[in-house]
Amino acid sequence: MADLSCNLAGIKSPNPFWVASGPPANTGYQAHRAFEAGWGGVVWKTIGTPIVNVASRYSALNHGKDRMIGLNNIELISDRAPEVNFREIAEVKKRWPHHAVIASLMVETRAEWHEFVRRAADAGADGIELNFGCPHGMCERGMGSAVGQQPAVAEKITSWVMEVATIPVIVKLTPNVTDVTAVARAAKRAGADAISLINTINSITNVNLDTFVPEPTVRGLSSHGGYCGPAVKPIALNMVQACAADPEVGLPISGIGGITSWRDAAEFIALGATSLQVCTAIMHYGFRIVEDMNDGLNAYLDSKGMKSLADLRGKSVQTLQKWENLDLNWQRVARIDYEKCIGCNLCYIACEDGAHQCIDLKSPDELKVGLGPGRVPHKPVPKVREEDCVGCNLCSLVCPVDDCITMTEIPNGKSPMTWSNYQDKLAKGEMQPISPHP
Amino acid sequence: MPLSPLLPADVLAANFADLKPPLRPQEALVEASRCLYCFDAPCIMACPTGIDIPAFIKKIAFGNPAGAAKTILTANILGASCARVCPTSVLCEGACVLEDRDEQPIMIGRLQRFATDYVEQRGLRVLPQPPANNSGRKIAVIGAGPAGLGCAAELAQLGHRVTIFERQKQAGGLNTYGIAYYKMKPQVSLAEVELVKSLGVELRTGLAVGKDIAVSTLEKDFDAVFIGVGLGTATRLHIPGEELPEVLDALEFISRIHTDPLHTVPVGRRVAVIGAGNTAIDAVTQSKRLGADRAFIVYRRGEGDMSAYDFEYAHAKDDGAQFIFHALPVEVVATNGHVSGLKLIRTRLAGGRVEPIPGTEFVEPCDMVLKAVGQEKQVKMLRGLFPELVIDDRGVIAHDPLTGQTNVPHLFVGGDCGNGGREVVNAVGEGKKAAHGIHVFLTGQTFGPPLQPSRLGAKQGATGSGLMSPIRAHELEAALSPKT
Repeated sequence: MADLSCNLAGIKSPNPFWVASGPPANTGYQAHRAFEAGWGGVVWKTIGTPIVNVASRYSALNHGKDRMIGLNNIELISDRAPEVNFREIAEVKKRWPHHAVIASLMVETRAEWHEFVRRAADAGADGIELNFGCPHGMCERGMGSAVGQQPAVAEKITSWVMEVATIPVIVKLTPNVTDVTAVARAAKRAGADAISLINTINSITNVNLDTFVPEPTVRGLSSHGGYCGPAVKPIALNMVQACAADPEVGLPISGIGGITSWRDAAEFIALGATSLQVCTAIMHYGFRIVEDMNDGLNAYLDSKGMKSLADLRGKSVQTLQKWENLDLNWQRVARIDYEKCIGCNLCYIACEDGAHQCIDLKSPDELKVGLGPGRVPHKPVPKVREEDCVGCNLCSLVCPVDDCITMTEIPNGKSPMTWSNYQDKLAKGEMQPISPHP
Repeated sequence: MPLSPLLPADVLAANFADLKPPLRPQEALVEASRCLYCFDAPCIMACPTGIDIPAFIKKIAFGNPAGAAKTILTANILGASCARVCPTSVLCEGACVLEDRDEQPIMIGRLQRFATDYVEQRGLRVLPQPPANNSGRKIAVIGAGPAGLGCAAELAQLGHRVTIFERQKQAGGLNTYGIAYYKMKPQVSLAEVELVKSLGVELRTGLAVGKDIAVSTLEKDFDAVFIGVGLGTATRLHIPGEELPEVLDALEFISRIHTDPLHTVPVGRRVAVIGAGNTAIDAVTQSKRLGADRAFIVYRRGEGDMSAYDFEYAHAKDDGAQFIFHALPVEVVATNGHVSGLKLIRTRLAGGRVEPIPGTEFVEPCDMVLKAVGQEKQVKMLRGLFPELVIDDRGVIAHDPLTGQTNVPHLFVGGDCGNGGREVVNAVGEGKKAAHGIHVFLTGQTFGPPLQPSRLGAKQGATGSGLMSPIRAHELEAALSPKT
């Protein structure tokens, strides 16, 4: 059994899985249920001056038969009085002393920040998360993403917090910026202990084509909501890696964005995350999903001979490089396993219409692959013209059968050449321009 | 004893409810979402009308069921009945590539029903109005069964004037009178007849060609004639007792279930069905469902020789039907002028031929006998109507399989009278091919193969539509089996 215990800038939890600040982390009751189910930490739903919410708060992106591959919301921060939230934090900490409880905060003035940071510490919270990220509602009042989108403002407010903080401070980053590292660096300059990302993304999930009002609908109107769930994972991974790779950030990271399984979690950790925060998956399936997150991650670490999360953390960060450092001479082509092929020909039409026209349909008799794949003997079979294949992967992505199309490296005897090398050689007249794909 | 109905109406309604009920919208969406949307899809090749199946399924998945119905009905005007009666497991679904991924094939038939029901229930017209500029050509279609309707609809859409002549009171042929009631209600077939009429086709029912109207009149008034007269009555057994009142043609029995209220249809308590094809299965299962205590099939050969599909055989067994194999009827036994048993003799194979084993006669008690050993070819009737027509040694009209054209240039054929007896969907496809053949014959114009959006962009090697060269899944299995 690998050691799943987690320490993010001094905030310790028995495992890296934290309930993210959001509807599942609204009350002490929910925090108890979460810990009973196996979560390692809870980031309380953001505490501030109580707000009033509207009815109709969430809407979903469905895809085919799959529900809620993306979720958006226009719910604001906690609508409960701060004293209730802080009292419940104290009660939860008393019962779960070894689990992490982090108070997410969002207020306006320096005095208010000082007050709320002190109250969080007094309640026994293990850390504070500064909500600089919500893209709806609160930003119109100069809070949330209105702060997180301006590095100078974020730095200023973080420094107010650090003036009085006695427990670790995490700055939560909004993805609604052109460069997420700018605010991460600001947090670092202000002395924050860690960052968490990503918060939700500005979004409209869909338009009701009868009423023409998008969901969530509030008496005939809608509002831009914050987008999250499995569909945002690639964006979150990108931003987590960007912060992890930036030497000027250099802060521990709590990864957030579409984490639904242990596999997602492992990917965030490999790209530099220390702890992980989950919200949409709980909203979809309940707290119980953490069981396999722990179990699966543990089994994975064991299978790789890794003793703890530290062995995995950041392993992939440096594999991401600028495009110009990639080898132009490396070659791979698609190969089809006719024993597995079911004859759907999706690879053919994807390549033909959507990529580089390197697959032909050929008679199986001509190719000597027996009667051919699929249900129809002698039906034309996809055949890759390897000399023309650019190795783009598309056919292997659309193929509905696991391991049927394999992208295979073709040793071509050429030494590696990056774009920069290529430009140099061209300038020195050492080589002719590489001709484009026919 | 004379026969009488056995069960009350409510029990019968339950017994004859749809075997495959309609999919609910969400079921249809989930099922449609499973479709891979193959390019050059095998299911299209396995459909004798060449329906662009992936295209219509994608439309269901994307919330365009009326568009799906248009795709279906454009290729197959009887798409609603084929959705219910096609042996999909040996056609489109049998060809589904998901089977090779060890998954259940897409429920193509039920999705097709979902789409066609959608437009029928809402009275939506999805097919374009046929061209107003009539070609000036007139075609007579003899027989309003699936072949005739398929041919007439296609010709009307090509701009020709079509008149269908039907001997029966109602059109639709076996689709109206001869399908097991739990597979399809006659209303579905009659709605399809209305659809064909809505394309401008004239329908004259209760009119027998050769009796009420002379062939010479047809040939004078019309530029071409399509013959889709199907097959005749049940093949005779030529055994004593065949004329007893409780000995019925199985198709006549099934027809009664369609024309009379179920609670008025008489059935025996013990029913013998002679034959082992799909009609025999329909007869034996419906006897059980009408309330027979015992219904059994008598077949002169063995289980493996049955011409009924495996799924039909399984269905009959599920319904509690029994099977007496290797037995040949020699006499229908009567008591007081009514059927009281069927005398059988055991058979054995001798050089591939069935021969009775002397001294093995036995009587199986029954009070009703249904004959389902195939339908008579109408050779005599056809020779009487069209003396020049070449009828081959199988008793069917010789023709070009791609155009339906016979040896008499203006006579075309399709359906059972040309193929000897196949599925509804084969008849529709053949009717449609003959319509193309007639169009070419009359106008000299040709046109390309069916437009199939799901295969658009096949610059090479695409395999074609089932309309032109249908494949069948069991033929595939046979072709694939030598591999092992």
